[in-house]
Amino acid sequence: MATEILMPALSPTMEEGTLAKWLVNEGDTVSSGDILAEIETDKATMEFEAVDEGVIGKILIAEGTEGVKVNTAIAILVEDGEEVPAEAPAAATAEPAPAAAPAPVAAAAAPAPAAPDTDSSPDWPEGTAMKSQTVREALRDAMAEEMRGDEDVYLMGEEVAEYQGAYKVSQGLLDEFGAKRVIDTPITEHGFAGIAVGAAFGGLKPIVEFMTFNFAMQAIDHIINSAAKTLYMSGGQMGAPMVFRGPNGAAARVAAQHSQDYAAWYMHVPGLKVAMPYSASDAKGLLKSAIRDPNPVIFLENEILYGRAFDVPVMDDFTIPFGKARIWREGSDVTIVSFGIGMQYALEAADKLAEDGISAEVIDLRTLRPVDTGTVIKSIMKTNRCVTVEEGWPRASVGNYISSVIMQEAFDWLDAPVINCTGKDVPMPYAANLEKHALITTDEVIGAVKQVTYR
Amino acid sequence: MAARKTTKKSNISAEELTGYYRDMLLIRRFEEKAGQLYGMGLIGGFCHLYIGQEAVVVGLEAATEEGDKRITSYRDHGHMLACGMEPGGVMAELTGREGGLSKGKGGSMHMFSKEKHFYGGHGIVGAQVPLGAGLAFADKYKENGRVTFTYFGDGAANQGQVYETFNMAALWDLPVVFVIENNQYAMGTAQKRSTSTPDLWTRGAAFGIAGEAVDGMDVLAVKAASEKAIAHCRAGKGPYILEVKTYRYRGHSMSDPAKYRTREEVQKVREEKDAIEHVRDLLLQGGHATEDKLKAIDKEIKAVVNQAADFARESPEPALDELWTDIYAEA
Repeated sequence: MATEILMPALSPTMEEGTLAKWLVNEGDTVSSGDILAEIETDKATMEFEAVDEGVIGKILIAEGTEGVKVNTAIAILVEDGEEVPAEAPAAATAEPAPAAAPAPVAAAAAPAPAAPDTDSSPDWPEGTAMKSQTVREALRDAMAEEMRGDEDVYLMGEEVAEYQGAYKVSQGLLDEFGAKRVIDTPITEHGFAGIAVGAAFGGLKPIVEFMTFNFAMQAIDHIINSAAKTLYMSGGQMGAPMVFRGPNGAAARVAAQHSQDYAAWYMHVPGLKVAMPYSASDAKGLLKSAIRDPNPVIFLENEILYGRAFDVPVMDDFTIPFGKARIWREGSDVTIVSFGIGMQYALEAADKLAEDGISAEVIDLRTLRPVDTGTVIKSIMKTNRCVTVEEGWPRASVGNYISSVIMQEAFDWLDAPVINCTGKDVPMPYAANLEKHALITTDEVIGAVKQVTYR
Repeated sequence: MAARKTTKKSNISAEELTGYYRDMLLIRRFEEKAGQLYGMGLIGGFCHLYIGQEAVVVGLEAATEEGDKRITSYRDHGHMLACGMEPGGVMAELTGREGGLSKGKGGSMHMFSKEKHFYGGHGIVGAQVPLGAGLAFADKYKENGRVTFTYFGDGAANQGQVYETFNMAALWDLPVVFVIENNQYAMGTAQKRSTSTPDLWTRGAAFGIAGEAVDGMDVLAVKAASEKAIAHCRAGKGPYILEVKTYRYRGHSMSDPAKYRTREEVQKVREEKDAIEHVRDLLLQGGHATEDKLKAIDKEIKAVVNQAADFARESPEPALDELWTDIYAEA
């Protein structure tokens, strides 16, 4: 049976090309893999090979012809002894793909309802006994509890086992769970992050500790390309149930390469979940949820907060869901939105503002993906003013995103432009005075609040 | 035809040889068809064909057991067919259709099969190496006796993460076979222009990892090496490196103008070393099959490939709401 040989697309962008040279003549026998012609694309001259075997019955496009559209018939292949059909076929047109089913949902996000439906239930039942615990202890307890409950959970990272954790977060875990489940790695973030993602593909639930998230830049290809995207790329067949955790942001006097806040970077990535707790109870409840979550979770801790004590509920199994902000302080004049160590400045500012008669509502986002903008919008409907606070850099910051959501969903409720308080747009300096100046300060938050409240 | 090396294996059965012939031919015909569909604009983006390297995966797979895992790079069609994934599902993924193995969302470079223990399909050169060691880490943790084949090319062999992985795999005795598919070109860069030492398998020595080189155009030699490597891993001796010397007939991807090597070089390998022709000779010379029998197999394979191509053209594009699914697993 005669078949048409079509002008091939030889690059992802080629629409037409030049048939530079025929390497076969009419009457030649060809088999698959034989080079038929040279074709000039927009990028290069390429060889074009035969797929089917047969005899070149007729050459339809002469060599040297320019602007030959992809899928035009350029020759006719016949079987040995077969006649070329009398009528030369017309140029083939690209066959359309069968149409997709109509989309039942609109692609664009629907506008939020006037008053968003938010979960304002308490994080623990009223009357629960509380104990004071540091963030460091809360994180360790969360890991220990989850490791007791699930054999597939294990911890790996630099100095997590025998050293007991570079910041003592994994203290005691080696003794309880042994070297099989608490694993010291060599200093090879790229490699061990990749091994952990592979282990997650293979059915385990790894917790990867980075000594700091600054070092996770070595591993970010695996965090994003391997962990975050695989569920999607596999059509839902397999993903990476795991946690990447460790201190993030500035500590004290460790300079530019050890002081970056990655909140906005990871918040950007679909397929990741991102938590950045402030208090010990949130650190514990969110880390337990993160370990159980079937998705890759970025868990951003803070070295300065590790030693700070907070009340933690005494419960057998205490978890905090992702995507539920916490209102730390109710107020009526302004909404201050923050997360992680930014909460320290937000709460200090709110205390001082109260002395000046300004009532600030302070919201801790707690998780950045998913992020509970509903609670923020609801608050702004009450206060009509908003300031965001974070330690990271100002461009493409978390505050920028929150401001954009507020503009779209609560524009009519705003009485002033939203101000984003952030760290300064500089690499972190070492000198004590410069470092202090580079970070966000409580005074800057107070200044921003006074600006949006026109005081 | 030029003289071709024939491995004398008296104990090889007709059935086994025919099986290899069939499996390798399926990959070649499938890839030729994929190249054709690409030329017609039905397959887009990057498409890396496996033509020439068929004996590597077919030989390695011949020694595996149910439950063993495999992971590779973006040149992955052959690996999927060799481990038994449906040709129609693979081809429909290439055309970006609903019937594709990733529902059209992964494409040529990103396919997976939990059922066949195939863990992708990875587009970042070298990234699959620690991922593969991680699969082996999980198997060791679960003490299930499984082995993982982690395939990568001579190009990826220069990635730093490969050596981070060698170190940890050896340190922790992970049951992983590192298969270096040395097709001699990293995209368009010949090995001698990119690589300080010619024998890549010897790079394991720095980490105490055993290994060997094997002729990747000889399916029986590959299978024998695969058996040895698997036995090493299953015995708990840690990782093993197989450098399989092979050759890619087609370009790096479909848009490769092939200016970095001569047509004669490719032609010489095709004529003198072709892995499929080699098995064909063994079958005919050993009296294991007749020309007619082989013709019947050719016809049968052609039908399978055509059916896969028909399915890939007829399967509809994914529904638009698929855009928003599989981003997160349900907590």
